[in-house]
Amino acid sequence: MLERIEAAWRLLPGYLSQHVVLSACALALGIAIGIPLSILALRRPWLRWPVLAFASLVQTIPSLALLALFYPLLLALSALSERLFGARFSALGFWPSLLALTLYSMLPILRNVVTAITNLDPDILEAADGVGMTPRQRLWRVELPLAAPMIMAGVRTAAVWVIGAATLSTPVGQTSLGNYIFAGLQIEDWTLVLFGCVAAALLALATDQMLGVIEHGVALRKRSHVIAPLAALLLGVTLAAAAQLGSGSHTARYLVGAKNFSEQYILARLISDQLTKRGADVARKPGLGSAVAFRALSQGELDVYVDYSGTIWANVMKRRDNPPRDQLLSELKDWLLRERKVHLFGKLGFENAYALAMRRDRAERLGIRSIADLAKHKNQLKFGGDFEFFARPEWEALQHEYALAPSDRKQYQSTFMYKAVADGEVDVISAFSSDGRIATYDLVVLSDPKQAIPPYDAVLLIPEARAHDSLLLSALEPLVDSIDIELMRQANLQVDRSDNKQSPGAAAAWLAHAAHLD
Amino acid sequence: MIQFQSVTKRYADASAHALQDVSFEVQAGELVALVGGSGSGKTTTLKCINRLIEPDSGEVLLDGKPVRAQPGPALRRHIGYVFQGIGLFPHMSVAENIGITPQLLGWERTRIAARVDALLDLVELPREFGARSPAALSGGQRQRVGVARALAAEPKLVLMDEPFGALDPVTRDTLGRAYRKLHEHMQLTSVLVTHDMLEALLLADRIIVMQSGRVLANDTPQRLLQSDTPPAVRELLDMPRKQAERLQSLFPAPEPDKHA
Repeated sequence: MLERIEAAWRLLPGYLSQHVVLSACALALGIAIGIPLSILALRRPWLRWPVLAFASLVQTIPSLALLALFYPLLLALSALSERLFGARFSALGFWPSLLALTLYSMLPILRNVVTAITNLDPDILEAADGVGMTPRQRLWRVELPLAAPMIMAGVRTAAVWVIGAATLSTPVGQTSLGNYIFAGLQIEDWTLVLFGCVAAALLALATDQMLGVIEHGVALRKRSHVIAPLAALLLGVTLAAAAQLGSGSHTARYLVGAKNFSEQYILARLISDQLTKRGADVARKPGLGSAVAFRALSQGELDVYVDYSGTIWANVMKRRDNPPRDQLLSELKDWLLRERKVHLFGKLGFENAYALAMRRDRAERLGIRSIADLAKHKNQLKFGGDFEFFARPEWEALQHEYALAPSDRKQYQSTFMYKAVADGEVDVISAFSSDGRIATYDLVVLSDPKQAIPPYDAVLLIPEARAHDSLLLSALEPLVDSIDIELMRQANLQVDRSDNKQSPGAAAAWLAHAAHLD
Repeated sequence: MIQFQSVTKRYADASAHALQDVSFEVQAGELVALVGGSGSGKTTTLKCINRLIEPDSGEVLLDGKPVRAQPGPALRRHIGYVFQGIGLFPHMSVAENIGITPQLLGWERTRIAARVDALLDLVELPREFGARSPAALSGGQRQRVGVARALAAEPKLVLMDEPFGALDPVTRDTLGRAYRKLHEHMQLTSVLVTHDMLEALLLADRIIVMQSGRVLANDTPQRLLQSDTPPAVRELLDMPRKQAERLQSLFPAPEPDKHA
């Protein structure tokens, strides 16, 4: 416990500084756009409704979805900029997070500026006209100063929202305090989740307090009440930016990606340990969505990560056929290089397939051994899947091949999915064949006689630009065909089990040792 | 000094005209009261002078030139404006409030400071009030600041819209008389909007009575009281007289003088 807090603590400077810089930029941009926009809306009444309606609409979009939507948008923009100016920018991480959070911060600012100014005492505005102020003078000398306390209250609300929502930028590849939460959720490390929540809450609370003092100072028109907390806030942001610049000033940096489950966290650690051992400067981007990771790598924004042959076959190549394992792998390798400029370096030696699994006692009672047997009980069985499963082509294929039409299906974060099947809340889940929890919860994997699901060899992917990077290649070389399914399952279990739980780093070290990599 | 030539105004959302063919003149140095009930058009008339309201047709002339020849803000910097709401800027000190129009006109700081002190003297407020916030003043004191602000840039014309309407009767009377003195002392031209005929009779050189956007009568108080006026005007004029008579009856009749 103490050791895990200590490990989390060591990550804090990096996570916190990125979180602070991201939130500060989003808030600054939100203010810079929000205040002029609301003044424009005040001057042109026909604009007021659409602007406020749009801001409210943005607010109803779940922030995670908003962040996710900006990723493909920026990818398209980046491609456009490459065509027009010959330069592209990273669509991963900072920019999509910044834009989504900026939009998110606008509503309280817009609404408070508009409300504050429309509710000003009409006598004061008449006096402003009466003494001979032009509309501009009236705005700067009377309306804005009098609306300032309420505008500050809006900024304060926006700041708290942004700091909270910034934790959700982890899945689009931006490091934030959310890294604790997403990693903790995946590997069932509640200490880590709590640590991330508390850190984000404290940051929000501290910022709120500072802005509260500023708001109070603005209301009292006391300059000292405004300058001191403002200076403190700016100092905090500057320190965070300096910390980031300091750590980002290295060159020859390798970025190792990981999707959002335990095995990926462990493998990313394993790869980066191999690189570090050879003197490379490595950073990890864990917790990426499956499609986000592949796109990022094919755009050269990641240098290496592990994917699964069947996933790319079905989801990226959109293939529905199911050739033998080696044929699939070689077709995949050719296609990736030709179409996506991605180099399939090699396979790790184990498979992590999507598989349907049931609790052993339940399967035996119902006499179910294969997926084909499910069809007989299709209306009584409840299905559970992870967030992707029911939207993936594999599920479509399964439904088609075995005529599955479950009346009841639920989606879970994978940790809770295993708990749900163990507790009997659902009967069948979309398990992963390398998952240690299959053994822990005494589940059986149902066979797939019609081979609806393709093979899922774990493969190392690198962008073509890194295909001749000798340091990277020498680090990855020993990993090829070195990890069998039993080793991977055990490593996964070390992280996923609830007692004597290990960190992904410790599991990676164990795996390296067991696979004779050290 | 001011000429209204067939001024007509109709608000977009109203069925009746706010002003209908309004014509009158105000001579330099006069204190003219615009009197009438609510909706009579007196405030609209006043605001047509400093372009807070634009007429639909007709012309308002100031010193022989149409007011619309000048942008509103520039025009208003040379016309004092006092209204019932006062509208002191709460985020500025009393001195900053008084000095606002000179500041907009680009006066030098020292000249503004001297002018603010002179005005505080003029409206009979202690000079140290300059540093105070408007919130720290009483209603009467605030309206004195309002008058000082209107006079700050040395206007020749002052427009007043129910300036003392929200004050208690004693303060109202005091301020009314104080303003009359200022008007004479500074040789101002003043237009005063009021619904109170008594106030108009006591302060104004001339009274313009309005009803439903038209001018009903336009004469000196004495002549209005004596001459044959339309019944509506008569009614307004009779009000103060009847009140005076009722008041008279409340006082005990004087004891007969035994020594006479």
